[in-house]
Amino acid sequence: MHVPDGFLDAPTSAATGAAAAVCIGVALAGARKELDDKTAPMAGLVAAFIFATQMLNFPVASGTSGHLLGGALAAVLVGPFTAVLCMSVVFLVQCLLFADGGITALGTNIMLMGVTTVVVGWLVFKLAQMVLPKRLSVVPICAGAAALVSVPVAATFFVALYVVGGTADIPLHNLATAMIGVHVLIGIGEAVITFAAVGSIIAIRPDLVYGARPVLARRELEIKPKAVA
Amino acid sequence: MKMRWVLVGLLGVALVLAGVVSRFADSDPDGLTKVSQDHGFAHTEKAHGALFSGYGSLTGVIGVLVVLALGAGIAYAVRRRGSD
Repeated sequence: MHVPDGFLDAPTSAATGAAAAVCIGVALAGARKELDDKTAPMAGLVAAFIFATQMLNFPVASGTSGHLLGGALAAVLVGPFTAVLCMSVVFLVQCLLFADGGITALGTNIMLMGVTTVVVGWLVFKLAQMVLPKRLSVVPICAGAAALVSVPVAATFFVALYVVGGTADIPLHNLATAMIGVHVLIGIGEAVITFAAVGSIIAIRPDLVYGARPVLARRELEIKPKAVA
Repeated sequence: MKMRWVLVGLLGVALVLAGVVSRFADSDPDGLTKVSQDHGFAHTEKAHGALFSGYGSLTGVIGVLVVLALGAGIAYAVRRRGSD
């Protein structure tokens, strides 16, 4: 969903650029609580993993591909504030080194595929965790659900931006139907990859998954009295 | 598993995905690009220059390492110090 230069007009791009700058500022402050000596290298690796996975386009419909956005995955693995920083680094490198996403559209891409997928993904993840059983095996399912929802919401956000500042006159109904339709399909791929990635790390080292820590803490609280008895 | 080996394993996976698996990626346009072609606004795109001309095995691996360095650097800079 990388937006190139020229799709959105200058005022809209300036507004998303300013919004992205504010979000990165908030993320830098908030990430301090999420990051310590142990989790800092994990943040770098999550960013690197998402960069690599975004290269892997998978087919979704005839003549159309999709790739992981990764905001929900990053939020579950390293926490939402750190995730915004990881995603921003990915889009910055893609834009400057690979011309993947426009330069004036960098703020747009950070807002759409970074901030939106992280915030929506994290909210859906926490909601799913509240509703579903508090078990470690459920964490990847919550992450997959978060990923599934995050992609069409990001697509909807693009449509909204295009209505405000699109440089061509495209009927809203057509654009919305096409964008949301194809991104529901991409969201299914996003859910599968996110489920598999979170599930794999939970199988090896559940303490490295930020979103699994409340479940781990709860499990220890439950196990200890039994060990005493 | 020791933390160090988990991190090395994750980096290995990222490098293999970018350097090898990416060769098998679908080359069709992605969701937004396809929609822009189908609905007649693809021509509004303005291309810009960049260091690399596109994603390949080598440039993908370089990209992974640059993202890792930047991401870990920022994470180390903002982390809580002196934690156990």
